[in-house]
Amino acid sequence: MNEQLSWKVGGQQGEGIESTGEIFSTTLNRMGYHLYSYRHFSSRIKGGHTNNNVRISTKEVRAVSDNTNILVAFDQQTIDVNSHELVAGGIILADSKFKPEKDEDLDVQLISIPFTATAKELGSQLMKNMVAIGASARLMNLELQPFKDMIYTMFIKKGQEIVDSNHEALLQGYQLMDDEMDTITGDFEMLPSDSDPRLFLIGNDAISFGALNAGVRFMAAYPITPASEIMEYMINHLPKVGGTVIQTEDEIAAVTMAIGSNYAGARSFTSSAGPGLSLMMESIGLSGMTETPLVIVDTMRGGPSTGLPTKQEQSDLMQMIYGTHGDIPKIVLAPSDVEDAFYTTIEAFNLAEYYQVPVIMLSDLQMSLGKQSSAPFDMSRVEINRGKTITEDIEGQDDEYFERYSDEEDGISPRPIPGIKGGIHHVTGVEHSPAGTPNEGPENRQIQMDKRMRKLKDFTMEEPFKARGGVESELLILSFLSVNGVANEAAERIDADITTINLKQIHPFPIDALRPYLDGAKEILVIEQNYSAQLQSVLKMNYHGHDRIRSHVKYDGTPFKPNEIEAHINSILKIKEVM
Amino acid sequence: MATFKDFRNNIKPNWCPGCGDFSVQAAIQKACAANGLEPDELAVITGIGCSGRLSGYIKSYGFHATHGRSLPVAQGVKMANDDLTVIASGGDGDGFAIGMGHTVHALKRNIDITYIVMDNQVYGLTKGQTSPSSDKGFVTKTSPDGSKETPIQPIKTAMASGATFVAQSVSSDIKQLTAIIQQAMDHKGFSFINVFSPCVTYNKVNTYDWFKENLIPVEDIEDYDHTDAQSAMQNIMAHEGMLKGIIYHDEEAKSYQEHIDGYLDQPLVKKEMTIENDTFNELMAEFR
Ligand SMILES: Cc1ncc(C[n+]2csc(CCOP(=O)(O)OP(=O)(O)O)c2C)c(N)n1
Ligand code: SF4
Ligand SMILES: [Mg+2]
Repeated sequence: MNEQLSWKVGGQQGEGIESTGEIFSTTLNRMGYHLYSYRHFSSRIKGGHTNNNVRISTKEVRAVSDNTNILVAFDQQTIDVNSHELVAGGIILADSKFKPEKDEDLDVQLISIPFTATAKELGSQLMKNMVAIGASARLMNLELQPFKDMIYTMFIKKGQEIVDSNHEALLQGYQLMDDEMDTITGDFEMLPSDSDPRLFLIGNDAISFGALNAGVRFMAAYPITPASEIMEYMINHLPKVGGTVIQTEDEIAAVTMAIGSNYAGARSFTSSAGPGLSLMMESIGLSGMTETPLVIVDTMRGGPSTGLPTKQEQSDLMQMIYGTHGDIPKIVLAPSDVEDAFYTTIEAFNLAEYYQVPVIMLSDLQMSLGKQSSAPFDMSRVEINRGKTITEDIEGQDDEYFERYSDEEDGISPRPIPGIKGGIHHVTGVEHSPAGTPNEGPENRQIQMDKRMRKLKDFTMEEPFKARGGVESELLILSFLSVNGVANEAAERIDADITTINLKQIHPFPIDALRPYLDGAKEILVIEQNYSAQLQSVLKMNYHGHDRIRSHVKYDGTPFKPNEIEAHINSILKIKEVM
Repeated sequence: MATFKDFRNNIKPNWCPGCGDFSVQAAIQKACAANGLEPDELAVITGIGCSGRLSGYIKSYGFHATHGRSLPVAQGVKMANDDLTVIASGGDGDGFAIGMGHTVHALKRNIDITYIVMDNQVYGLTKGQTSPSSDKGFVTKTSPDGSKETPIQPIKTAMASGATFVAQSVSSDIKQLTAIIQQAMDHKGFSFINVFSPCVTYNKVNTYDWFKENLIPVEDIEDYDHTDAQSAMQNIMAHEGMLKGIIYHDEEAKSYQEHIDGYLDQPLVKKEMTIENDTFNELMAEFR
């Protein structure tokens, strides 16, 4: 019996591959397994190879698997493209419709099952995915009842007849596989799960739900992969709490509209990916200069330009830290995993309003779109902190203008929202006086610049990173976003003193909190998904031990696999032994 | 009740003496007082240009944004707090060059704000370059041989973009301008007002006298009906956009906000920020 297995389904895009993976994995999540899924898709809507990979485990998983155990193929291309990933002795369950063939040199088993023919006989070839799911369930020796329950909830709206025929397709698939069980070798059975209730969601859902809980009542956005799900979630759910979303004409409108509504006192945000963020740069400066809270979610994908629009990368980092002209205080955050994305999003809104600065919440395609298990979110951890925002009339304030930019010790000035009595002030992107009127005098300039920059001078969030392992280590690994899970898993596999740091606070760089770990490490490895080792550069700008800092990058558009990182770590440890 | 003086502050505008923008400012202040507004109920959102400085010269909440972006900021403000009266304003470069995308979309979106363009057919702040509304042949530093492009006719663009309120005037006619702004603020939806506001420093062609000679009051056009879009468009085309007055007013149109269920019950800024326990659990269950 297996603690973990990797199951993959592939076929032509638009053929229901996604829903096959979705039904299968959602059911397994409800059964209490831990899941991590990865969708391979192209920018085309119909046609083109697509596959959905689900890693099933009895323990937490936060990474794609090294290889595949079970491949469900709806076309020959799926076999041609994916069978080399199968473990030795792995199995292909293929639709007999296309007369499947496999590479003779590969040590894998090919079982041909009439997915389509069986479905057709039952009335619709759409049900071929149910046949495949039934067959998979038998192979893994899973209980059928949870699948039947799932089918019921999914299809009862369409009538009992549809439910019945899908049940039948599932059963027949199960039976067809059962007939083959004598012919196969190897163990594809899953150990029982712990049956704990868990969520199964994409990072974008966790971010969206976080935003909703943070008190967001307005969003302005422009569609883009892989951020659109956030906007779509908000469109469907903001009305439930009295809020609304505007789909703007472009990202400049999106970000400036969010600035306008934040200025007016409603928590608001926008989300986009690299190309959209590039367009927003001037406005990020406007938020910084006018000290208007702003949250932007940047779900990174392959750049530059249109780049790899549907592929994994982490190459916006430098632009997010340094983008916009001039000096502004800015916070850049990176949730450590999908569960943390919920809480970090709420924190992002609190920080933006508390410090009156732009906050960029990073994600990457794999975190944003990879569906995975997560512990349920804890409502008691949801807190809203509006800092020095003033939402009630200010009595006895008769001066012509309220000193919106008064020079405070912590740099943070009170912020009355428009509409209240006694709070009238002016806001401008031009350098300004405490009352907010344009003032370009050298003395005022210095005072205001110092005041703004002082806000984040010693800023460290409560948990700037998650560390696994001790302060002293043979190897310290730094990573962020979806690479964290892979790095953590690779490190666990190796019997050495390895500490992993899942960095959450990217900017300002939390060097003081990190220093003990950096000083205590014999070697430091930064793992990230971009060509120019951007996170490593940031580390080097902040830390002197350059001779101990190494880098492992990947920029081919696919997520890291644990064994790639494992091999890299081993090569570093080996070199050290020789030396 | 506030008078127009209450909308004044003690900041001296840095506009050139004789600049058209002074009168636009005065007309806005008068219209706000006449409509019974208080300064703290008004937000003036501007772009960058000589004209953009306006937000600093009116006593009210003011946001001087970036070049071309007054409209999205203003729409964001209004969406957040529907109780506020929101005026967006800026120059012809701001609204018809860098911000044209926003202008067209604000017109079609129809959020309930008032947009006042101070159109001097030139770039004032950057010291005299061609603008999208500069006449063909207009000589500037960036068009030494005369502008080669066809000028934008703002009211024509507005009509073509689905506007529900379109007006045009000249800054020297404060009385008419005040009345137009009052009606625009009362209009439920997006109101577009193009005000020819002469730049006495960089535009020696389109002067106060020139406008007196060339603008045709719609009242002088026989049977002009400002509720009839087709006739408005025909007249705009017949007179090359040189009309003055309320060009078009769709009194029946619904604002963007009116189309959102429950939105107008309470401004977003006043809505509860925390989520009920039951709602939390119900929404979280969707992820199972
Ligand atoms: C992104 C950007 N590009 C260019 C400028 C420079 N700039 C400032 S105002 C302006 C044009 C001003 O013309 P207009 O909008 O007609 O206003 P006016 O000064 O005539 O009132 C330009 C090009 C800028 N501030 N920002
Ligand atoms: S340059 Fe022209 S637009 Fe600018 S203040 Fe002077 S007159 Fe007015
Ligand atoms: Mg101009």
